[in-house]
Amino acid sequence: MATSELRSPQHNRMPLSRRLRSPRTVLTALCVVLAAVAAFPILWMVSASFKTRATVNDGKLIPSEITVQNFVYVFTEVPFMKFLWNSFFVSATITLVSLLLHSMAAYALARLRFPGREPIFMAIFGTLLVTPPVVLIPLFLVVRQLGMLDSYAGLIIPAIFNAFGIFLLRQFYLGIPRELEEAAIVDGCGYWRVYWNIVLPLSRPILSALAVFFFLANWNSFIWPQIVATDPDLTVVQVGMASFQQQYGANWNYILAAAAVAALPMLVLFFTFQRQITESIKTSGLK
Amino acid sequence: MSSVATPERQQDTPSGQSTGGPSGRTGMSRKKRERIAAALFLLPDGIGLLTFVVIPMLLSIGLGFFQISGFGSYEWVGLGNYERMMSDPLFWDSLKVTGIYVVVLVPTLFIVSLGLGLLMKQKLPGTGIYRTLFFMPYVISLVVVGLLWQFMLDTQNGVVNKALRAAGLEGKAWLGEPSLALASVIAIMVWVMMGYYMIIFLAGLQEIPQEYYEAARIDGAGPWTTFRTITWPLLRPTSFFVLLMSTVAAITGGIEVIFVLTSGGPANGTSLAIFYIYQQAFMFGEYGYAAAMGSFLVLIMVLCSAVVFKATKGGRFDDGDQ
Repeated sequence: MATSELRSPQHNRMPLSRRLRSPRTVLTALCVVLAAVAAFPILWMVSASFKTRATVNDGKLIPSEITVQNFVYVFTEVPFMKFLWNSFFVSATITLVSLLLHSMAAYALARLRFPGREPIFMAIFGTLLVTPPVVLIPLFLVVRQLGMLDSYAGLIIPAIFNAFGIFLLRQFYLGIPRELEEAAIVDGCGYWRVYWNIVLPLSRPILSALAVFFFLANWNSFIWPQIVATDPDLTVVQVGMASFQQQYGANWNYILAAAAVAALPMLVLFFTFQRQITESIKTSGLK
Repeated sequence: MSSVATPERQQDTPSGQSTGGPSGRTGMSRKKRERIAAALFLLPDGIGLLTFVVIPMLLSIGLGFFQISGFGSYEWVGLGNYERMMSDPLFWDSLKVTGIYVVVLVPTLFIVSLGLGLLMKQKLPGTGIYRTLFFMPYVISLVVVGLLWQFMLDTQNGVVNKALRAAGLEGKAWLGEPSLALASVIAIMVWVMMGYYMIIFLAGLQEIPQEYYEAARIDGAGPWTTFRTITWPLLRPTSFFVLLMSTVAAITGGIEVIFVLTSGGPANGTSLAIFYIYQQAFMFGEYGYAAAMGSFLVLIMVLCSAVVFKATKGGRFDDGDQ
């Protein structure tokens, strides 16, 4: 009532501003509703993970009684800590090694002159068109032939190599000024020292964006770990959860507690590095 | 050319071909050192890409002609796998499911994410928060997504049906009927991917010079006219990119969600071709047969990309807009 009294005289005096304002109000309301719909499933998961077996299906967003028993169960009755560690170890190793190798290759492609540079770059770029699920079978056979099934190597090494990182880093290196490196080379620095002492520190922003991206993608990866490692000691969290579901069927409170724990690191990463993530998507989208 | 150095000014350069860099401890020319450095920098990634990307890609063409046992013996069967594929009704059904999935998912995703991108560009109060929330599903793994939606879409106890019943409507067996289950998977994938493509659209929208919009406003153009004459044509490169990416992703992705949510059921209603291929390879050990079907799917994917390319003219502005 109070607000409508406050507003209406304003609207009468300024019909133009009213005309401009009301669609914006409608759009804002639309945004609020859509955002609530988009976020609801995640809230629902978090809420369910704090509910008991008896109340997990009660249809309330705020649990009537909050319990942490589900999390205790997940960490004590299931080797969930081991799953999380495997996922962390595998994702972190892939991320670190990828960043090192890709930035090295990108530096060479962007800065060093050598015969065949353009064809090599085009060939690397061309491998971007090979979507992972399609080469899954031959990749599996290659890895099997190399004797890397059921090993950390099999989980880690094939996931390191993709042209996406090389491509983004090369684009970035083409954009940074050359003078600094040239000066260092004239001063007698080797190329490795130029790369390590000048180029790498300059690429901190893009490296951190890529690091978030690689870690996220590998933490969330399911298909490859599922087929390459059947050893229970090598189970990563996504594979563990999928088998968890077959095991615990209707115990949704346990399953969703596990799911919430698996999703939490990614949500934290996302909220912390949101800008870097969206920037790297934009860069990849605009080539 | 420039390696024929200019020795007049600096007589202390011992090697005649030096481009001005120091001759170095080894006495090599800069050009040569640069080449060796480049080779060493490229080597690790090059070997890796060759072994784990290029060789598998080349292999995938040949594997379809073999019968491959679980223990690694290969037997040449010629076109046997392809003949089997032609008469495998489950494969053709899976292609049909994939067709419906792509034809519904790609345009829906396009419209939703473009709509969100346009909304985010209005600088409404709280835009940053909405953008975060729209993007959030994308960072969650597809396994978690599958589990979560299985919980929410449960016929008896799921929150979706509870909400419908509370509104006086009837609950549905969301994952219990083939066409409804496929629709559910599509809706879930829209929910997952919309934030990603929203960001790409937003980047494209921000590239459009603000002056055009001001000119349109001065001319008294309404929002629809502005969209049709400015935004849409200038957004074409972005639209092309989004269509291409989402088509390829739709044809070759989504295995995780199907795996967790429906296992291809009910009655193979959500058995996408890529999932059927995955099953044949890694559940039944039919690597050769799966590779043959995979090659066929790649062919379809290439054709679809060509169609997208043709339809959007490769995202160029070549019909008089610019």
